[in-house]
Amino acid sequence: MKIKPAIELRGISKSFGPVQANKDITIRVMPGTIHGIIGENGAGKSTLMSILYGFYRADAGEIFVDGKKISIPDSQAAIGVGIGMVFQHFKLVENFTVLENIVLGAESGALLSPSLNKARAELAALASEYELNVDPDAIIEDIGVGMQQRIEILKALYRKANILILDEPTGVLTPAEADQLFRILKRLREEGKTIILITHKLREIMDITDTVSVMRQGEMTATLETNETSPENLAELMVGRKVLLRVDKTPAKPKNPVLEIEDLNMFDDFGVQRLKNVNLSVRAGEILGIAGVAGNGQSELLEVLGGYQKADGIVKVKGSEIDLTTSVNGDGQARRAQGIAHVPEDRQREGLIMDFMAWENSVFGYHREKSNQANRFFMDNNAIRRETEGKMHRFDVRPPNPKLTAKNFSGGNQQKIVLAREIERDPDLLLVGQPTRGVDIGAIEFIHQQIVALRDRGKAILLISVELDEILSLSDKIAVMFDGKIMGERLPSETNEKELGLLMAGVAEQAAQ
Amino acid sequence: MDVMPKWVDIIVVPLFSLFLAAALSALLILAIGESPIAALNLMIEGTLFRSAGWGYMLYYTTNFIFTGLAVSVAFHAALFNIGGEGQAMIGGLGVALVCLFIPWPHWTLAIVGASIGAALFGMIWAGLPAYLQAKRGSHIVITTIMFNFIAAGVLNFFLVDVLKPAGSMDPASANFPASTHLPTFQDIAGIIGFEKAFRSAPANVSFFIALFACLATWYLIWRTPLGYEIRALGKSGPAARYAGVRPVKIIMIAMMISGALCGMMAINTTQGESERLILNFTEGAGFIGIAVALMGRSHPVGVLLAALLFGFLYQGGAELALWTKIPRELIVVIQALVILFTGALSLMVRAPLERFFMSIQRARV
Repeated sequence: MKIKPAIELRGISKSFGPVQANKDITIRVMPGTIHGIIGENGAGKSTLMSILYGFYRADAGEIFVDGKKISIPDSQAAIGVGIGMVFQHFKLVENFTVLENIVLGAESGALLSPSLNKARAELAALASEYELNVDPDAIIEDIGVGMQQRIEILKALYRKANILILDEPTGVLTPAEADQLFRILKRLREEGKTIILITHKLREIMDITDTVSVMRQGEMTATLETNETSPENLAELMVGRKVLLRVDKTPAKPKNPVLEIEDLNMFDDFGVQRLKNVNLSVRAGEILGIAGVAGNGQSELLEVLGGYQKADGIVKVKGSEIDLTTSVNGDGQARRAQGIAHVPEDRQREGLIMDFMAWENSVFGYHREKSNQANRFFMDNNAIRRETEGKMHRFDVRPPNPKLTAKNFSGGNQQKIVLAREIERDPDLLLVGQPTRGVDIGAIEFIHQQIVALRDRGKAILLISVELDEILSLSDKIAVMFDGKIMGERLPSETNEKELGLLMAGVAEQAAQ
Repeated sequence: MDVMPKWVDIIVVPLFSLFLAAALSALLILAIGESPIAALNLMIEGTLFRSAGWGYMLYYTTNFIFTGLAVSVAFHAALFNIGGEGQAMIGGLGVALVCLFIPWPHWTLAIVGASIGAALFGMIWAGLPAYLQAKRGSHIVITTIMFNFIAAGVLNFFLVDVLKPAGSMDPASANFPASTHLPTFQDIAGIIGFEKAFRSAPANVSFFIALFACLATWYLIWRTPLGYEIRALGKSGPAARYAGVRPVKIIMIAMMISGALCGMMAINTTQGESERLILNFTEGAGFIGIAVALMGRSHPVGVLLAALLFGFLYQGGAELALWTKIPRELIVVIQALVILFTGALSLMVRAPLERFFMSIQRARV
């Protein structure tokens, strides 16, 4: 007898206004396999999965689960046919216990305790079956991200999911945690579960999937057996042209130190110490990459250097000490005047005003500089618009229309607007946080080239990224941060992901060597 | 995803809201046995086709321009200034002190002095809640509305205990000297022999100051680095912090400009119309300013148009109360409906209109 696909989508189409997010998509996922879906941001992966999970209704097309045609009007229906979803951003109640979170939404009866007792027994069974050990009475906010993700998976299994969809599951994990997740996924596959893995990381696809589908601009461009393809091949299918996966750069020629940080300490509003005796230095013509799992002090370091977070310690730029009190002499505009440019980690929250037009954003932070003023009172809006048009062409922002509102650009183009603004100031020191987060491969290539080009002009660059690949390929020197401390510095040529991963997890240097 | 055309947002949405308010008002008028058509006719005739009507309408409009602009400036910084009423009252106190205690040789100088006094007093009155918001995090909505009550108390105290002329029973200041009296539109039209155009109506030269304030506000918000920072902070606090925009400073400045504009309303009412300081001269204009700013989408041109509309409603409403059996209270209800639909409920109107225009757009693709 022929095996029926666990999930089959036929001719799925969906559009939002004039934008067609999914065009006539057909895909078959066989039971007991891990199927990867890869594509750039905006390629339509999330829309497709949202249709499968009942968040959106397709304009056209059919869905089959285990060979039966069904309709999925809402997520309850998806759960009903055994589909479970683990979102990129977990949907857990922070101050509930693990058990309460698992039961939430699946309680039976008016009283809670019978449901909880039943869940406790089932959880124990699931834990032994899939080797997913968790403490049912732990409070969510007390446990790590990897563990929280495990609870999301358990939530789906508790609801009898046979098909698990994971949306960018490794974004918040250390390499070790990611390995652990992959072990769990393999175990689930052995038990006959079907897994759909949405990701933009080629390495994950190669490591763990059996089959892979590539999406580009709302269309399914190919479905392949993973072992018959290569990362280069997949990248080309995603972007539609050949892309350079390695960053093309010559060895650094570092000169004098531009940024020197000595004993930097910072406490947040709740009195928690976020930076602990940080010592770093970045020289001209050098990229210092700071690796680490999100939330280990990297953001705070950028905020302190960017002039909007108070700290104690000594920070020198080009030999002179800068003000760390965020007063008028040490705020964002003072920093810019001192030759420090900053591409913040979150372009939509900090780097851009999403309701401002591109030209207004292109002077953000520099709007009081003389070159942007027509006279003592007014800004020179016409000149800024002209200038912006040039910048947009030089940084290949599409569409190059200065009057378009920031929110109407794609992620990669928004990032290019920020980069154009900061790099074209020709700063002595560039702070860059997550330069390629949520940016498509084609744009990543371009952004990396721009950062390397600035280095080659003899500028100092402090790079912060949670993507280890990015740190390894861009940096001339790597520092690892964990819990607000610098765990150690390494040269990219003399280290590897495993060693960095251990440092990122806070394992002491001796253990790493 | 694309959005609906801009003109729909700017023109169709407010007009449709207005239409809904008018329709509901018409039903109300029908319900009490009057003819809505006749009522509308009366409002139009009494406002636009009678010489005094014009003058009254523009008098109210002047107030609403000032308070509407004030609320708009605060809106751009994402601050909801509902203390316009109190700021105008204190502004009135500023006008009275300037007009009573400084001997002005001519009204042209007096109006400059009174403007400065009004703006300064309004600015201080808005500055206090602004400071509490910026430094202590006390919510501006709560503090400004409480400051309205304090302002009423302060005004009362000054009128009863300080400014009331000896022997008078009326809680009002003495009349301002004649050299501070502002020319009304009737006086101005009289110069070219058209005094009939604005018969005995209170509209006066402060209307031109209001128009100038529209222009100045436009330049401030869209042309100066300060306006840029106000808008940036209003749109995104974290981004403003990143760019080195100082929130405390911007909150203070935006609110003080807002308070100054509210205060300047008193040039019209106190120096221009009553020519002395009286109780309750603001007549709710501070609150109408919120509706004007919402309907005018915080843009000076929109504010001017909305202020004209509300001037019309105020004057038209007075006509209705005078000539029909429609009770005075119902007119307040009608005005409230317009505020409700154009201000608070504009989003309710917007969503279905947006869907409608999007579906047209999609059909065309």
